[in-house]
Amino acid sequence: MIWNLEYESMSRPRLEELQLKRLKKTINRVYERVPFYRDKMTAAGVKPDDIRGLDDLKYLPFTTKQDLRDNYPFGLFAVPMDEVVRIHASSGTTGKMTVVGYTRNDLKVWAQVMARTFAAAGGTSYDRIQVAYGYGLFTGGLGAHYGAEMLGATVVPISGGNTKRQLQIMRDFKVTMLACTPSYALYMAETAEEEGIDLHEFPLKAGVFGAEPWSEQMRAQIEAKMGIKAIDIYGLSEVIGPGVASECLEQNGLHINEDHFIIEVIDPETGERLPDGEKGELVFTSLTKEAFPIVRYRTRDISLLYSEACACGRTLKRMNRILGRTDDMLIIRGVNVFPTQIENVLLEIGEVEPQYLLVVDRKGNLDELEIWVEISEKLFSDEVRKLEDLEHRIKNEIISTLGISARIKLVEPKTIPRSEGKAKRVVDKRDLYSS
Amino acid sequence: MKVKQISVFVENKSGRLCEVTKALSKQSINIRALCIADTSDFGILRLIVNDPAKAVRVLKEEGFTVATTDIVAAEVPDIPGGLAGVLEILGGRGINIEYMYAFVGKEKDNAVVVLKMEEIEEAIAVLQEAKVKLLRESELYKF
Repeated sequence: MIWNLEYESMSRPRLEELQLKRLKKTINRVYERVPFYRDKMTAAGVKPDDIRGLDDLKYLPFTTKQDLRDNYPFGLFAVPMDEVVRIHASSGTTGKMTVVGYTRNDLKVWAQVMARTFAAAGGTSYDRIQVAYGYGLFTGGLGAHYGAEMLGATVVPISGGNTKRQLQIMRDFKVTMLACTPSYALYMAETAEEEGIDLHEFPLKAGVFGAEPWSEQMRAQIEAKMGIKAIDIYGLSEVIGPGVASECLEQNGLHINEDHFIIEVIDPETGERLPDGEKGELVFTSLTKEAFPIVRYRTRDISLLYSEACACGRTLKRMNRILGRTDDMLIIRGVNVFPTQIENVLLEIGEVEPQYLLVVDRKGNLDELEIWVEISEKLFSDEVRKLEDLEHRIKNEIISTLGISARIKLVEPKTIPRSEGKAKRVVDKRDLYSS
Repeated sequence: MKVKQISVFVENKSGRLCEVTKALSKQSINIRALCIADTSDFGILRLIVNDPAKAVRVLKEEGFTVATTDIVAAEVPDIPGGLAGVLEILGGRGINIEYMYAFVGKEKDNAVVVLKMEEIEEAIAVLQEAKVKLLRESELYKF
């Protein structure tokens, strides 16, 4: 089902007209109300009047996560605090948190785009949606919550954690849709297996999974283990939270809610805009946000766009699933390595559970990559030779796909720390950023 | 005449073997024989126990990766040339041994050699034909 038929299937010229009108308004708004944007635009020699067409966006300076931190906590807000009705923040793993705010209207827009997301995943008012994203400062829980309510579905606001209880409620309440991170979904499926619970007997039909990058193989695993359609969604608190883009049931790219956000793909090195179909860093500009408008925000997420029509009827442009991040990209002996690439190799090798950890170290002047792989029952053998063969197969496959040599270390199950939120995939001991 | 051996994946970390044996002893499972194949990072602990099904369950509950393998347990005379005789029979028929280990029983004068072979059915037929005594599970656990 298409939730906002008019906006989600608008003709391109009408959509671009709408985008331009909204963009001009946003640029005027930030120029007048947010000293940070005015100063940056002045320094770049751009005035709001210079934005005459959508293409002129490229003259505006980028905004980075560091800019958000420098203006901690409310420096980039464009409304007085009495109009701000909600605050969210993303955890600061390196430094200060980044804080965002919402007006009443912002929350309405957010609920709309999340309702679109659930509808795109097949949701209707008849569904029971278990929201297992964390509730709180993180945008996942409340974002999904209000979108599901807007849709008219029955919301089960369970938040993250306590997996056995999640499964019990899922069964007892006859939940039909699940919203959480893909790694948590897989963790739930594993827990169900351990408990002897068959998720295929549940009425669960779809999952709306996001907040971390995941692979096509991981999707296949979740779908097989849970007997559901696993839908990839995309969002980040700096732009709005979940609801920026979502797959439809075609599962072939995520439709971007372009009436609210303009997407650009740039070369992360030069900042030059790249044409559709080319891989680069995603950059977003909000079009309707009041409290926390954002202009050309560099996400560090890597993907590419498709503009071909989609069979679902939506005309909104699609982005590919996230292929990696410019900042979890490892450079090992000069080779760019994304953890997701290694995950793909492991999955292709033969039903390896994607439980792995990349440990990067520097011995002398040489980078060393060690890949820890948890040994599953399917892979285990009583013969040393077969396990050594397995190590060699993984090693050779890594060499042939990534061009680097890695040491493979088979480890016992549950050795690799598993969080109930985002999975930790990399330990970089090289200390590359200290002076 | 196939008997069950269990194998456990153990990382080369101090205390891991102790964990395995403690888990088994807590459930009163007795180890009849064992052998470890090791590499620089991990080892494979192979065990003959008096209750393999229960041992597998107990070890899985403790979070270990466990497999069950069919092996052959042959009784050989505990004298010079006893083992050579058995190996000659298998070698003569081109049956390759993946690995083996042996133990000596409490009362009898014979030793038991545990053999893992790819062509296990053929090996059993050949050994029986040559009148080598193969132990059943019940005999092996008491041996």
